[in-house]
Order: sequence, then C-alpha cells, then structure tokens
Amino acid sequence: MTLDTVKNAEQTPEAEQPWSELGLKADEYAKIREILGRRPTGAELAMYSVMWSEHCSYKSSKVHLKQFGEKKPDSDAMLVGIGENAGVVDVGQGYAVTFKVESHNHPSYIEPYQGAATGIGGIVRDILAMGARPVAVMDPLRFGAADHPDTRRVLPGIVAGIGGYGNCLGLPNIGGEVVFDSCYQGNPLVNALCVGVMKHEDIHLAQASGTGNKVILYGARTGGDGIGGVSVLASETFDATGPAKRPAVQVGDPFQEKLLIESTLEIFAEKLVLGIQDLGGAGLSCATSELASAGSGGMRIELDTVPLRDNTLSPEEILMSESQERMCAIVEPGKVARFLEICEKWDVIATVIGEVTEGERLEIFWHGELVVDVPPRSVAHDGPTYNRPYARPSWQDALQADAPTAERLLRPSTGEELKAALLAVAGSPNQASKSWITDQYDRYVIGNTVLATPEDSGMIRIDEETNLGVSVATDGNGRFTKLDPYTGAQLALAEAYRNVAAGGAKPLAVSDCLNFGSPEDPDVMWQFAEATRGLADACLVLGTPVTGGNVSLYNQTGDTAIHPTPVVAVLGVIDDVTRRTPIGFAEEGQLVYLLGDTADELGGSAWSQVAHNHLGGLPPKVDLERERLLGDILIAASRDGMIDAAHDLSDGGLAQALVESCLKGGNGARLIVPTGLDPFVFLFSESAGRAIVSIPRSEELRFNDMCGARGLPATRIGVVDGDSLEIQGQFTVSLAELTDAHTGVIEALLA
Amino acid sequence: MTTRVGVVTFPGSLDDRDAQRAVRLAGAEPVALWHRDKDLHQVDAVVLPGGFSYGDYLRCGAISRFSPVMDTIIEQAKLGMPVLGICNGFQVLCESHLLPGALTRNDSLHFVCRDQKLRIENAETAWTRDYSAGQEIVVPLKNGEGRFVADGHVLDQLEAEGRIVARYLDVNPNGSYRDIAGITNAAGNVVGLMPHPEHAVEPLTGPSTEGLGFFTSVLKQLVNA
Amino acid sequence: MARVVVDVMLKPEILDPQGQAVQRALPRLGFAGIADVRQGKRFELELEGPVDDAALARIREAAETFLANTVIEDFTVRVEEEGK
Repeated sequence: MTLDTVKNAEQTPEAEQPWSELGLKADEYAKIREILGRRPTGAELAMYSVMWSEHCSYKSSKVHLKQFGEKKPDSDAMLVGIGENAGVVDVGQGYAVTFKVESHNHPSYIEPYQGAATGIGGIVRDILAMGARPVAVMDPLRFGAADHPDTRRVLPGIVAGIGGYGNCLGLPNIGGEVVFDSCYQGNPLVNALCVGVMKHEDIHLAQASGTGNKVILYGARTGGDGIGGVSVLASETFDATGPAKRPAVQVGDPFQEKLLIESTLEIFAEKLVLGIQDLGGAGLSCATSELASAGSGGMRIELDTVPLRDNTLSPEEILMSESQERMCAIVEPGKVARFLEICEKWDVIATVIGEVTEGERLEIFWHGELVVDVPPRSVAHDGPTYNRPYARPSWQDALQADAPTAERLLRPSTGEELKAALLAVAGSPNQASKSWITDQYDRYVIGNTVLATPEDSGMIRIDEETNLGVSVATDGNGRFTKLDPYTGAQLALAEAYRNVAAGGAKPLAVSDCLNFGSPEDPDVMWQFAEATRGLADACLVLGTPVTGGNVSLYNQTGDTAIHPTPVVAVLGVIDDVTRRTPIGFAEEGQLVYLLGDTADELGGSAWSQVAHNHLGGLPPKVDLERERLLGDILIAASRDGMIDAAHDLSDGGLAQALVESCLKGGNGARLIVPTGLDPFVFLFSESAGRAIVSIPRSEELRFNDMCGARGLPATRIGVVDGDSLEIQGQFTVSLAELTDAHTGVIEALLA
Repeated sequence: MTTRVGVVTFPGSLDDRDAQRAVRLAGAEPVALWHRDKDLHQVDAVVLPGGFSYGDYLRCGAISRFSPVMDTIIEQAKLGMPVLGICNGFQVLCESHLLPGALTRNDSLHFVCRDQKLRIENAETAWTRDYSAGQEIVVPLKNGEGRFVADGHVLDQLEAEGRIVARYLDVNPNGSYRDIAGITNAAGNVVGLMPHPEHAVEPLTGPSTEGLGFFTSVLKQLVNA
Repeated sequence: MARVVVDVMLKPEILDPQGQAVQRALPRLGFAGIADVRQGKRFELELEGPVDDAALARIREAAETFLANTVIEDFTVRVEEEGK
C-alpha cells in the first residue's frame, strides 16, 4: 500500500481517481483540480467528496435557504445566527439559549436503535459546541402505517434508541411528535432536537485563530465507523487486495457522551478554549476544515497522532470516520496542560493533533509526509451550488380539486354518528395517546421540567431563583404540505408558535428540519422551493427568525417521495414558569371558551384520513396576524392568571382537543354548538388560529374585555363539569369510554 | 451546625444535582463527593444518586461499587452512617452487598418513566421517620433495570424483619418480587429505593412534594442523634 | 436432550462500549495485562429432537434473523457435547 502524498499527486497527474464512485460529478472533480492546480491526493479527494456532498454542502437547497437570511425579521434576541453549529437566542437575565433540530432519517431505517441513538448524540454535541449545557431533547418522528409489519421493527427500535441514549445521558425528553403515514414506510423520519442554556459570555464559536494554538481532539477513539463510501479509495486506489471491512452503522456510547459533556462544561467554565467544533458527519474532515475556514485559515494536523480503535485505518479513512462522541478544540499552549488534566479527571482521551499556523492552508501530515494541502475555505464553504429545476407538479391541481366537501365525502350527521367519529379519531394511531412511547423516556431528570408531553409544548426552568424558563414545540403536517407546500410550511410554523404561546411563553425563534424527497425531481424541488418561501415569509410576519436547522433530501422509495415534511421548532421564553398554562381541565365549574374563527376546513384533516383515508383539497387557511394576536392573548392571560388551561386546536380539531384536555385534567365538559355552526364542522374542522381555554368564573369579564378590545373572537362554548363529555343535543361520551378509545392503541399495534 | 449530606458523583451519575437540590430544600447542606476521592469531607449522611454510572455496562452499579469513595462509604455504613441509594444508587448498594438481592431488567423489557404510587411500609429507618407506616405517596419512577429479585428465604427474612421500606401500589411497574420498591439493612441506616423521591420535592416540577420526607427524615435522625 | 449454543458478538469493527468500560475498570481493580475486552451474548437452545443438519440449519436461520442483529453482530453455532 503506497501513500498518496501531495508530492506523488504532483508527479502522477494522470492517475485514475474514483471521483465518480465517491459521488462527485465530472465538473466538480475538474473544479477540485482547478482549485489545487493539480490532481487531489486520495485524502484530499475524500475530503472534498464528503464536504461537497448534499448532506454537508446543501448544494441543492442553499439557493432557497438564503431567504431565511434575506427575509429575517428584526429581532433583538438573535445573538448567533445561521451558519454556526446552532443559533443562539437571548432570553434575558444574562441567559442565552441555543436549540436546533436535525434529521437522522436514513441511518435509523437501516439500524433503528443505533440510528436514532446517534441522532440524539449528534444534536447534543452541536448544542454543547456552542458553549451551552444541554438541558432537554425532543424528537419529532414519522413512521409508515401503524399496522404495517415493518413499523413493528422500526418504531420500537427507534424509540428504544432515543430512550437508551437520551436517558443514559441524563437529558429529559420533553416532547416531539409521532405521526404514522404510509408515505414514510421506507423512509421513517427521525428528527432530534436539543436545547441548551448558557450565559451570554459563554458563547463559543467554531473557529481556529492564533498561530501556535493547539488543536486537541478529545472523546472516543476513532474507528472505521460510517466510512463505507470512502473504502472505495482504500481498495481501488491503494490496496488491490480488496476493501477493508468497514461498518456502515455507527454505534453510539451515551456514557462516553455524558463524560464528554461534563468535561467540556468544566473546560468552558475555566475558559480554556478559543474555538470548538463537534465531530459529526464527515468527521475530522469537516471539523478541521470548518475550524480553519472560519478562523484565520492556517492549520497543521499530524494525522498519525489520532487515537485509533482500529490500527489498520488509512489516512483517508481517519479523515472520513464518523465515529461518535468526539470533539475538537482550539487551545492556547499555556492552557493545554489544564485541558488535558480535566479530560483525565473524566476518563476522556485527549490528544494534541496539530496547531494553528500562519498562512491560509490546511496541511495534514501522515508520519511526516504531506497528504493534504488545501485552502480550507474551498472544502468547507465554497462547495458547488445548484439551481435545480423545479416546476409545479402536473398532479397538483387535481389533488387540490379533490376537496372533502359534504357532497364528496359522507359526513356524520346524527349525534350517534358524531360520537362514533370522535371516538374513531381519538383512537386512531395518529391521535391516540403516545404514552407507551413517551413513558420510555425520562422526563424528570435535571429536575427542571415544568411541562412535557402530552402538553402543547415542553417547558424547562432555567433559573431556580427567578423562575425564568423556556419552552419549545415542534410541529409539521406532511398532509397539509402535500396539498399546498407554501401554506403547509406556514401552518407548521403557526401551530408550533401557537403551542408555545398556549403554554404561556413568548415565541422568539425558529429552527427547522426540512424533510423532502429527491431534489433531482422537479416536483419535489418545487415543494421545497414553495415550503421554504412560505416558511421564510411567515417567520418575517411572526417576528421569529430561523436560527438554524437542517435539510434532509432523498427521502424516497424508488420514484415515490415522502410527503414534503418541514418540521418547525419554535422556542419561547417565559419570565415566570409558575404561571405556565397546562392543557388539562383541572377545575370543575370553569368556563370553556373557543378562541378564533371556525370555517368548513377539512382538507388534509385527521377526520378525512381516519374516516375516508382521503387526502385532497386545500389545507386550512393561514392568517399570521391572527396567530400573533391569539398568541398575545394566550400569553397575557397566562401571565395575569385569567386562564387555568389552554390547548391549541390542530389535528382532529376541537373534538380531539376536548378529549385531551378532559382526560389530562380528569374532568368532563358540557358544551353547546354555537348558533350558525354545523356540529360536524364545529367538532372536526381544523381551521388554524384557534385554541380552547378554561377560565375561572371570576376572570370571565376581564378575559372577555381583553379579547374584545384586541378584536379576537372568543366564544363561550361550555363548562368543565362531571365525568363525561357532552355536546348538548348531540351526544354524551363518558371519560371511561374516551380513555378506552384513546389509550392502549399504540401498544396493541406494536408491543 | 448545619447537617451535611454528601451526594456522590460517579461517571454517568445523572440525578446528583437533583439529590443535592432535595437535600437543600430539606434544610441540610449538600456536599458533592467525587468517586475517586476516598474522603467523605465530614458529611453526616450520604446519598448515592440515580443515573447510569459507567453506562450501566457489565451490570448496573457493578463498576461503581469498586470506586475509592465506596470503600469509605461501605466502612462508614457498617458503623451506622445513614446511606440512601436511589435507583442506580440502590443498584450500587446491592452490588456492594450492603443490601441483599439484585435489580434486574424490567419484566416489560422497556425503560419506564411514570408517576408511581407507593406505600411506606417501614417508617422507622433513618430515611423514613417523617412518614407514618402505611402512608401512601406518589413519586416519579424511572428505570430500565428496577426489578428487585432475591431468593425466597431472603424475601421471607426481609418481610419478617420489617425491612421492606416501600412497596408499589396499583401497578407493579417492573415486575419486582413482592412489589418491593425499597429495602433497608437490619440496622435501618442503609436504604435502597428504586423510585425517585428527589423528583417529588417541588410542586412545579414533580407530581407531588411527597418525596421530601426521605430527606427531612435523615435530618431529624441526625439532629436527634 | 441436545443443547446447541449460539454465541453472538458485535462484529470486530463495531464499537463495543460495554467491553471498553469493563476493560478500563479491570486495571483499577488490580487485574493487569488484559489488552481488550469484548462482551457478547450466549444463547443455550435445548432441542426436542436430534441435532441433525436440518435442525442446525433451522438454528442458523433463527440466529441470522432473530438472535443476532447481523447489521452489527456476528454469531457462531455449535453443538454442546453430551455429558457436560
């Protein structure tokens, strides 16, 4: 096996290179040769190929993503924006919060447990790398049909992986979503979100500056994890005896990650690092090139000093390895000893692997021989940009024309039929209780969890003296987005915004995980373009900037893409967590109000799916000014003690919200259908911009005055009472019946 | 003089800060103890907190049990110092043979996190004096390996000597023999408990504040001693 | 009754966090000189009938599809001698 050094590359310009097998296009390979003025070495080729991949370079999506910057609302809260490991938001009292949602879809289909586990591990390190203590996780999940045999393989594995990793790490899991739809059968979506908290002065960035400063790699040893593609290099270019056996699956070690968190926080507290980056996709290639590119540019790495788990790894493979639980820090020489001491305290292996150099080249040596000599920016930031063609799909009009009108889809009309429909929706896999899943996650650890699933948002106390807190909700509706990607993405944001406000917190910022099919399909690319445009426009109106996130493309089986699924996370702040508003109707005698307007909007609704397996028409309309007004009212009512419960209306409409609020609070409710409203539409429409609240009688006048003055429609629809849910003149259903329908569904299908 | 209650941090301990908070809310001074340090820093009692020390690899508690701090704790426990092991701490106490039996994988084979009703069976241990025998409380439970097992004559002996401190009510969440949630040694100073009383000390973040009694009990015990 | 033993181990190239934790603890407890530890699972299958090629083939299939996760694990099947 000969080493492909820079010198060798200069001397053998015509050597064949497997650029195509590594996923590069001919013009991309030519561009690399142009940048370097010679052919790349094997190690350089490996770095460029992985850093210029869709996953790392966002080459298909970035022309659309730039709207999030161009249309960014003015926000005093933004401390660090898009481009770093995660955005950072000012939440007051000197605190800053960082959060991000990311996908780990494909690995979780191959090996559900480890795929999901390492998804949690990766997002937690992103948050840690910003200087923050991770304080909570959430996971929005999408699976194939609940009764499909493969869902029984995929779902329990993914749930066990999230629990196995997150529980062992000591992070409360406070929310997320579980959605079943056959479109995700071969492409489950495993998105993971982490929230971290720090003081303003603790914010760290991924950059390497200061000639002579040391580059320290710490955490797990490097093995051959996740480098399947790069093995091509080892086999075809250098080793005629065939590829080494390299695992495509990465195994997570949450214990190692816990030690990494504690050691890193101690290192931050002693102000020992100048720049820091976690190792995720593309491993050391990504970390070294990004640190150098964002800093002064020069860096020298002695690759043979990297601690290995497998001594047969080639330099290319070490650069590409995606072994988990590793971080890379830039440290002044005088602080190295203390850095290593803290790592030793926590049993974490730490090694100086290089230093920041003058100049603007990233140079990587293997036993004294130069194998990489590149301008780091060309690797990390100057990847290709594609303007992929896109066009409104030919089938979009027909889909939208297929509206679920009363003429086309039979609607329940009698009381008995309405009751049956309510029970069917409440007991459908998408609306049923997810406790079988969420009870496998620790929601208590750290002792600051104020709200967790099945509440509208997850809420965490961040200061025990002042009761300052933050909350996060994630939402996304692939069915709505399929019907109209622009509106669907806005509805995802509107729902997450509403969920945060319903808990009493003021929405501040957004992170998004955009899950779509192949960008090479113009239909999909149109969905992506429309969804990003819709989301950026809506963020501008709601004043919630996108702080970061992730794009996952190629989620499809054959030619069939998943529903376009933008998952939107909204972060909010609440000055006093003791004023939070839960969803449960806990107090008998309180008044139930419906806030907002209800129209006949059933396109893409839970009812149309459950009753008719139908998807067509248009999604509900979005009125962002109304969403903002509703949010303001919910926050003010929470702060001033006017409401004791609030629940946003979304999937399954009012009917589902009532079921959840009654069961959570352990009380029934008696309701009347407002005059002029069809009982079915009243119960099952999914009009946006709505919530229900329960109001102590003493506060009714004040609450009505506030809504009247601000112009928010507020309709008294009933009272919290008894042990059944009664829709007067229509039907009565006991809490026991509701419990039977709503619980035990998931375990019956999957356990 | 304030009572000092040590809380040990092993690599992978998770609920150590929560235990410290509970100690503080009970009115004592929490003292962080480090697994590598044999010195107990003049504490009057020790809590071994929950978590996944050493990742729960090999067996839960099996590696922590051999840490330097445990040598001192085992020695002091035998001399009567109050020691409470919660969840992973209970597992460490069993691996250390300060308590009999073992904790094994839940019968459901899943990690379970729930608000659990318990009955306090023995209100005379160092950690349960503030309860009354038969009192029912609700505290969080969260474990993957919380199923208490021991052979028949050990179980009979525990019953006969009143050494079952708490039992699960309504639901046995992990298949524990005889619904056992916690036990004590013969002297009553060492208690192991699978549920988490330190997560039921504030109305804001817990299902109740009924877990606080474990921490106030030891305070009274020490003040009266 | 015949006994067939199936040993399941993580593939050599796959990270074994459990084995690593044990290996790191051993020297602290005074057990020196152990270079690596890997932890696996052992299944003992008691057969109702004879251990013939057909039975072993079925057991291999069970190991392949069920007892081991062949994405990350290897397995071996062997017959335990009588009288042990």
